[in-house]
Amino acid sequence: MKTSVAQRLSAAGTANALELRGITKMFGALAALKDVTMTVQPGERRAVLGSNGAGKTTLFNCITGDFLPTSGTVRLFGEDVTEFPAFERIRRGLRRTYQISLLFSNLSVVDNIYLACRGVSRARFSLIRPGVDDALMATAEALTEAVHLHEFMNSPVAVLSYGQQRQLEIALALAGAPRFILFDEPAAGLSPTERSELVEILLNLPEHIGYIIIEHDMDVALRVSQSVTMMHNGQIFKEGTPQEIESDPEVQELYLGGGNE
Amino acid sequence: MVVVENYNKTPPPNDGNRGAKGGWLSRIPTAYWVVGFIMLCMPLVVTPFILFQIFGWALILGMIALSLMFLGGLGGMVSLAQMTIAVCAGYMVAIFGDSAITSISLGLPWWLAVPIAIIVGTIFGTLTGAIAVRTEGIYTIMITLAIAAAFFYFTRQNYVIFNGFSGFNGVMPPVIFGIDWHNPTPFYYLVLFIATLAYLLVLYVSRSPFGLALQGVRDNSRRMAALGFNVTAHRIAAYTFASVIASVAGILLVWQNSQISPGTAGIGAAIDILIIAVVGGMRHPIGPFIGALIYVILRTFALDILVSFGMAGERFQLLIGIGFLIIVLWSSDGVLGIWRSWRERSSNINKLTGEKMDGQS
Ligand SMILES: Nc1ncnc2c1ncn2[C@@H]1O[C@H](COP(=O)(O)OP(=O)(O)OP(=O)(O)O)[C@@H](O)[C@H]1O
Ligand SMILES: [Mg+2]
Repeated sequence: MKTSVAQRLSAAGTANALELRGITKMFGALAALKDVTMTVQPGERRAVLGSNGAGKTTLFNCITGDFLPTSGTVRLFGEDVTEFPAFERIRRGLRRTYQISLLFSNLSVVDNIYLACRGVSRARFSLIRPGVDDALMATAEALTEAVHLHEFMNSPVAVLSYGQQRQLEIALALAGAPRFILFDEPAAGLSPTERSELVEILLNLPEHIGYIIIEHDMDVALRVSQSVTMMHNGQIFKEGTPQEIESDPEVQELYLGGGNE
Repeated sequence: MVVVENYNKTPPPNDGNRGAKGGWLSRIPTAYWVVGFIMLCMPLVVTPFILFQIFGWALILGMIALSLMFLGGLGGMVSLAQMTIAVCAGYMVAIFGDSAITSISLGLPWWLAVPIAIIVGTIFGTLTGAIAVRTEGIYTIMITLAIAAAFFYFTRQNYVIFNGFSGFNGVMPPVIFGIDWHNPTPFYYLVLFIATLAYLLVLYVSRSPFGLALQGVRDNSRRMAALGFNVTAHRIAAYTFASVIASVAGILLVWQNSQISPGTAGIGAAIDILIIAVVGGMRHPIGPFIGALIYVILRTFALDILVSFGMAGERFQLLIGIGFLIIVLWSSDGVLGIWRSWRERSSNINKLTGEKMDGQS
């Protein structure tokens, strides 16, 4: 099941960041995903659009291993990770945010981020408290600042506003050295200022980090992505550049003319 | 890291969470000095009976409940097997060390018997964990209760190793440095020292990467997996850690009673540990010790109180039950919860920043 380090290294140099082949996901009789095939290059930034229930979040869950797909294969940086548990995929550089924030509500903001940093580093089982000059804690603090939450560093997550919780959700995905990130509607519920801060963060990510962003707000989606995938009823319905998708008559009909059936 | 370097600004000022370096003595809260002083002077004030039977026993039960607090309060896993793990280690000192049952006991010196007992107890606890962590909530309670019941019936029926119904008597703490550690005062200090260590260890570990990760698993195990943590391994490791504490306490328990039998780990005793932890409070390691002291006082004196009111003495369980009900109805976190809400009301602590108890900082 596991591939050797050498295989992984050689694959990583040339391979696609993400390769999905024939992913199908059944929930009972409902096919949330039907034979989805998709390739994302390293460093590529892609938007996934689609109406409610199109299967976008389910696609993310299959990529990260939150659920196993019913059939199909998932390759991450060339390595077949279809059977891997979620934590093994994360340790290979995959990250995600959740559409509905999943945070550690009883821990402080900086501890949330510290856990994210610790999860992809060594000594996860260490019994030694981080010292005053702990490098990982310093990283966590810098990341808290990057998402403008330094004021709330030591406050429990429960006191954060909805928008701030969304920012924290993003910070958790940026921790460690991400190579590929899945953002599930990061802008939903953000104020206009927070939205532009989010766009700023996304545009400032180092070039080698690719991502997929699910976003209903076309303004945000098209500004931060180089390619667009449209999903509908669990299938990929269109792929192209932002301009192609925007001007596509079928897409316009779907988005403007009752595509939600 | 790469991402962070993009935003790298000056690190924010350290606001006390991990404190300045020097003067650690001055950072010890006053409450610790007061409680520590009282505990150390106890032998001068109280009778040997109270020292040995009340405080000695309460500290030992408190340690077993502390191992449950670690699993339940930090890890969100309620195990009813903690007493069983303790008693398993207790049996091992009797079997590997000295007892009156010379046909079974191997008579190894204490410095061999004690580590073996801790190791066996920890292995047993880890295996219990490995089975239990695949379940959640009520099922964890049921499966650990089933393990406790299985151990109880097994030790009662097995005569070759566990000497069946009567178990082992004459299990004495060793004489070290010429001190007979079974005497009330030395035994009290021994238990006090070890219980304090266990308490400080849990307090310390709760803010270590392992302890934080455990709290993460409690709050949101799915997210922990999405951050790269092997949730199952963390849960099992928590059982291992808790088992070490329970095992040490189990050895002290056998030394205190100078005997061990299946009844020590009966289902009633397993549930009593849960009651102690819940009554005391699961959100801070001091809770189990408070709960244990209340429990031991009730256990010891309820009978006299009931008789003095002209009621049947064997109803002491009823008194414990009523006390349990009152505290649980009153507070979501036992005595600690009552204390905390009283303090918040009286001193107007900011609920947001004063969330952590003293000593946790
Ligand atoms: N855990 C689940 N169990 C059963 N059905 C599910 C589950 N998760 C998703 N579904 C179903 O799968 C379909 C796709 O859901 P999904 O959440 O992937 O949609 P989405 O594109 O993310 O929609 P939205 O824009 O509302 O977030 C829906 O019909 C949904 O009801
Ligand atoms: Mg969704």
